[in-house]
This record gives sequence, C-alpha cells and structure tokens, in this order.
Amino acid sequence: MWNAGVSPAGPQASSPALRLHAITKHFGATIALDGVDLEVAPGEVHALIGENGAGKSTLMNVLSGTVAPDRGSMIVGGTPYAPRGPADARSRGVAHIHQELVLCAHLSVAENIAMGVEASRGGWLRRDVMNERAATLLAEFGRSEIKPSRRVADLSLADRQVVEVCRALARDARILLMDEPTSSLQRADVEHLFETVRRLRDRGIAIIYISHFLEEVREIASRFTVLRDGRSVGTGELTSVRDEDLIAMMVGAAQTRVSVPHQAAHEPQSSLNGTRVPVPQEAMPEPQSGLNVAQTLLSVQPSVQPEVLLEVENLSAPPRLRVASFVLHRGEILGIAGLVGSGRSDLVRTLFGLQRATGGVVRLRGQELKTFVHQIRNGFGYLSEDRKGEGLALQLPIADNVTMSRFASCSRGGWIDRVKQNVQTGEVMQRLRIKAPGPRGITGRLSGGNQQKVALARLLHQDPDILLLDEPARGIDIGSKADIYREIARLASEGKGIVMVSSYLPELLAVCDSIAVMTRGRLSPAKPVSEWTADSILQAAMV
Amino acid sequence: MNRWLRVLAPLAGLVAVILLFAILTGSPARYLSGANLRVVLAQTVIVAIGALGMTMIIVSGGIDLSVGAVIALTSVVTALALHDGWTPIAALLAGVVAGGIVGIINGLAITTLRVVPFIATLGMLGIARGVAKYVASEQTVNPPATWLNELAVTFPSRDWMLFAPGVWIAIILAAMMALVLRNTVFGRHVFALGSNEAAARACGINTSALKVRIYALAGLFFGLAGVMQMSRLRQGDPTVAVGVELDVIAAVVIGGASLSGGEGSIAGAMIGALVMAFLRNGSQQMGWPNYVQEIIIGVVIVLAVAADRWRASRAAERN
Repeated sequence: MWNAGVSPAGPQASSPALRLHAITKHFGATIALDGVDLEVAPGEVHALIGENGAGKSTLMNVLSGTVAPDRGSMIVGGTPYAPRGPADARSRGVAHIHQELVLCAHLSVAENIAMGVEASRGGWLRRDVMNERAATLLAEFGRSEIKPSRRVADLSLADRQVVEVCRALARDARILLMDEPTSSLQRADVEHLFETVRRLRDRGIAIIYISHFLEEVREIASRFTVLRDGRSVGTGELTSVRDEDLIAMMVGAAQTRVSVPHQAAHEPQSSLNGTRVPVPQEAMPEPQSGLNVAQTLLSVQPSVQPEVLLEVENLSAPPRLRVASFVLHRGEILGIAGLVGSGRSDLVRTLFGLQRATGGVVRLRGQELKTFVHQIRNGFGYLSEDRKGEGLALQLPIADNVTMSRFASCSRGGWIDRVKQNVQTGEVMQRLRIKAPGPRGITGRLSGGNQQKVALARLLHQDPDILLLDEPARGIDIGSKADIYREIARLASEGKGIVMVSSYLPELLAVCDSIAVMTRGRLSPAKPVSEWTADSILQAAMV
Repeated sequence: MNRWLRVLAPLAGLVAVILLFAILTGSPARYLSGANLRVVLAQTVIVAIGALGMTMIIVSGGIDLSVGAVIALTSVVTALALHDGWTPIAALLAGVVAGGIVGIINGLAITTLRVVPFIATLGMLGIARGVAKYVASEQTVNPPATWLNELAVTFPSRDWMLFAPGVWIAIILAAMMALVLRNTVFGRHVFALGSNEAAARACGINTSALKVRIYALAGLFFGLAGVMQMSRLRQGDPTVAVGVELDVIAAVVIGGASLSGGEGSIAGAMIGALVMAFLRNGSQQMGWPNYVQEIIIGVVIVLAVAADRWRASRAAERN
C-alpha cells in the first residue's frame, strides 16, 4: 500500500458514508478484484483512478448490486451492505451513472428520469408531477432547455448524459457512482456537470468519481484511490501528490521504464521489472524459441521500408473520432495508444469500412479511396477487439473461421474443398502454434489464447497488405502473447503495414516502430518508439 | 410531431386502400355503404382484439405465435361451457380466463425456463391446438343459442346499435388499452422493457414479473377473441383460426410497431387491422381469387414496414 500524505486525523473524522474492505471478485480464472479497500466520507468527491482493466468498472458493478463480490465486506451509512440487485442498491441510496448510457431511447426525458420511481396515483401516471420534477432537476443542472417531454432518441449524446445524471439524482442518492461521466461531454457540459457534482457534495452526498483525466480529477475531487490489477495500491489527498506519482502508481512504480513482456515471460524467476510474472508451465513456450522471440523482435525492428502504403489525412467519424492523420510505410508497425473510448477503435473500424467517415482523405499506395466498401478487396485486414462478439464464429470449426474471408482459395463453384481447406488451415495453425485437436475442432472449445490466434490466423490466410489489429493480445496467456508478437513482427518483416491498437503500454513499446496517441478523438502525430516512454504516453493520453 | 406521423402514415394508407377500391369496384356508394362497412368491421373484430394484446407484447420486445391456437382453444372452452349449461356470462369469462392462463404459462416459460418468446409461444401453438382438439373430442362443439352468438354478427338485431356488440367492445377496449399503455406506470414499463431491457432492470423494474403480466394480460385479449370466434361460427371449432397470429402480428406491424420493441401504438394496430380487412373485402368485391388477396396483403406488409424503416432512418439522420 502506497500512502500519499494521509492527513494526521486519519481518512476523515466523521463516520464514512461507504467503507469497503478486501473486496475480491473472480470471473472464472480472471481475477477482476483482488482485495480492494476504499473509504469515502459524506460530502467527499473521491477519485478512483487506474489504467484500463484495473478493475474500476467491476468495483462499480459490485457497489451497484449487479455483481456480487466473492469476499470482503461493505458498509454503507454504518450498516453492512450486500445488495441483492440494482433495486436493492438504490433503496440504500447508492446510484450508479453508467459509462455506457443506459436510457430508453423511445421514452421521454421525464419518463427516463422517473423510471422505476414514477409518480402515480392508483397506477396512473401523474405526468404533470413527473414533468415538473424532471424540469426542476434539469434546471438545477443549468440545462432547462432540455424539455422533459422530448424523446431521448432526439437528444444529443451530451444531453443524454445529463438525463442519466438527473435520473440518479431523482432518487435521493446518498452515494453516487460516476463512471467516466465526462467521456462524451464537451467542455461546457463538463462545467455544468462539475457544478452539479459540487452542489451534491455540499449536500453531503458521497461521490466516487472515475476518470482517466487527471486534470479533471484534480479539479473536482479531494481524495483519490489508485487501482492496479484489481488492487488498491494508493490512497490519499490529491493536493499532496504529483501527476507523476499517480501515473507511477497506476503503471506500477518500477514498470514505468520499458519492459519487454516476452522477456519477462521467458524468465519468470527474474524480476526484470520488479514484479514477478506468474507463468503457468503449459503456457510457456520452449525456452530456446523464447530466446529466439526476443532476438527476432529486436532484429526485425528496423524493417520499415521507404514505400508509403497508406496515408490518412484528417479522417473523422463522429461522434468519437474527431481527426486522425498518419502515414504507414511498408514493414512498419504503428501503435495507437489511448484510453478506451478515446476513438482508437473507431479509427481502425472506419478504415475498414465498419463506421462511416464524414471527412478526410485516405490514400492507398498513392491512390485516393473513394469508398470504404471494398476494403478486403483493397487489401485491408481487420482484427476486432471483441473476439466473442464479432471476431469469431465460436460454434464453427477452426477451418471455417480461418478461411472465411477467402473461401475462394479452397472452393470451386461455391463448393468447399474440405481437404484443401484443412490443409490450408493446418499450415497457419502450425505457423501460429495453435493448440487444437485439428482443423475441424470447434473454435469455442479452445482456450482464449488459441481462439485469439485463430482470429489472427484468418488474417494470415486472407493475406492482406495492411493489417488493422485492435488489441491483438489482450486477455490471453503470456505464451500466446509471445506467439502473436512474433507473428506481428514477421508480418512486418514481410513488408506488411500494421496498425496496432493497444491499451498495454509495454506491448506497444516493445512491438511497434512508431506510436501515436489518441486523446478524445484526436490522434497525435506519430513519433518513433524511441522517443516515447510509458509515462509520456500516459501523459499524452490524459491531457 | 414524429409521433403523429407514425399514426398518420398508416391512416393515410387506410384511406388510400378505401379510395382505391371505391374507384375500382365502380360503385363507390355501395362500397362505402353502411352495410358494407358493417361487414368489414364485423370481420375485423377478432384480429383487432388479438392485436390489442399483441401490440403490448411487441412493444415490450416479445412476440406471441400461439394466438390462433389460443383462439381455437378458448372458442371450444366457451362453447363447452354453454353446452354444459353455464350462463352466457360465465361461459364468456371461462373463455377469457382460459386465454389468460395460457398467457401466464407463456410468460413463465419465457422467464423461468429462459426460452425466447418466439420458441416458447411456438411450442404453445402446438400445445394449445392439441388441448383444444382433446377437450372438444376432435369435433366441433355446438352450444345452445344464447346472446353470445349475437356478439360478432354482421347485422345486430337491435338497429340502434349500428354495429355488432363485438365491434363496440373492441373500440372500448382499444381506447382503454391506448390509455393504459400511455398513461399508467405499467404501460410505460412495457415501453421501457422493449426499448432497453438493461436500463429497465438497472432502474429496479422487476422485468420477469413484468413479462408474465404482459403475456397474461395479452392472453385475456386472445381469450376474448376466441369468444368472438365462437360467436361468429356459433360453434366451438378446435381447427379454426389457423395462422390468425400472423394476421394479428401483421396488423400491429403495419400500424408502425417495431419487432425489436419500444415502438408501436394501439391506434396504429387498429388501423393496421382495418387495412387488412378492407383489402380482403375489396378483393372479394372485385371477384379476385383468394390467392390474389394473399399476394396483395403480403406486399402491403413488406411495403408498410419498409416505409416505416425509411422514415426512421431519415429521422435518425436529421439528428
């Protein structure tokens, strides 16, 4: 535990509105929360900060009653708290403002605000009361131009956020959980939100405020807790810490220097970066090839060729992607860093034609692209960050998943030649070292790492010139990670252009030739990887 | 503004259908006569009452495929009750309650067995039809004549009524349901459920209990439709009303409801039911064979929904 300037009187003199002790939560083999302590006093705005995947959202779900913790105790207002569901949490005065807005778009503003606590007499709605209450709340927020009778579908994203906040306030919340409430707001709306937050604070409401933006956190919160890998690793007064200290706590003090994850993977006993990486034996590649991986990576790094493959100028795809420009050379691995929701995924999705671009120019080998409809034919390949949702057909055999985007290579007149399909699949499976019973094994029965390799294997089979990889190695075992990094490096050495989105900074720093940072929909200029550190990337992402 | 458009568009379609056939038949006076109007309305009653329940289900994001079978079952139940000497009002209630019980079973299958509505009610389609045949001993049931037989007749015995009692019942129930859906907590929860189930749950709405209530209430309407069916045929027939659920769903959808939930209105569904009834009636008057009607109605369903989607996407682009 890293304590930064705790005031001598202890956390707070008055009894806390909320106290969490050693909250633990596993999802299968994944440890989402690993002993979280948190204490928030009435009338305090408490910032909860941490990198993507540190466990912040899970903690919010535990508090709001949608996820039950495995272990640990919670106390709200002096009495034990174990919500059986969202309704129960609400009745104890805990309100949750979700990261993704959960509103009923077909209903009116007033109906959404009152949902679940509608004013009624004998079952009949009292619309006048509901509209009046909504109008009062909206006026308090300084947004009385939002009419309570309007349909939420007709509101802008920022206005919907306002409605969401008002809904939480409509129910006399004593503890308010705000999960990245400003991620979709303009500066003026952020001001309004902060005024409201301060007013609520002055009323004695305890507020847990999650944000990636340190500047914002300093503006609104007084105390902080840092989560890393599901653990609370630091807490204290915000005035007594510098941004550098907070970032150091978020990434782990010793990890701020570049650490190559595969080196860590292959020497599990050494503490290269101060933390020992636990590696299950079966996930370990043979030590010899492990050494090769690192060497390959290092030797392959300068594979960038002078030929420009892809040129992107002022590409925009609202609401999230505002403007992005970059140049991708043959053999280059361009890393896109940034926070979740900053527009990183929107960039690659737009380039692949999955989202509509509203402006900008994209040149492929010097030729301007008129439409983004035939991107596979144009030589683009895309790896989705959502493997289960849109990456793979889990019920189908590996062979189908691998050959799906280029069935033409193993079919004639619409008939699939299964022998050919199996042979081709077998080749890429071997190349990526996919552990499976065979090409006809069901994809969904593989481990996460092998599934991810199947998703990448499809790109190998498709053989595109430009690979758009969104989180290619997230949430998988370290052996699979190494295989995937090695393959990405090999693809680059073969002259492919690669755009790689990732939240994991060591991975970006080790694998990429250059890195650009996405902040609130704007992509920074790309710089060679040698000019970046984990600190400078985080700082760029959080301004 | 948008909401009005949603009802006005099907209404314009209805007017267009009526005018079209008034011209095509060559004798507008006859086509638009009170007599023909009564014929059309009497033919609409069963689908219209079914559409009241179906609108609620579709708005909540569900579907019910068992309507036709439930109508057959409840028509048999009503006829059997009369046959066994129950009073007409008790027989009517028996039919309605039987529909409600089927609805509760549908709701429980969907919530506790976690079977999607399409499959749960597809199963019920077979079950209810089979039970209807069993309780009727695979025969039609001929009850003694009572005032129940008057409910859905084309020409009511008392002139001052203008239309069959069933037509008036449908109109009154439609007005009530429109109010319930728009102005009660229950009604708004139905919309919330269909619009965003996760949001409804996060707001503390017990979505499982709500679903059971929705299917149960809809079942009461399907039961009443079965009573009307019995009244029209003057007998309980376990093989009747095959495929009626598709007419009912079509009426609701032509009226502007979205099968993905959150959208739809009673007024629209009633107009949708009338559009189909006028199409059928007009085709009959033209002497067109049955298959032509079927093709026309099929085309109208697709066009109506296509027009609705087009309007929705234009509205989305404006924002």
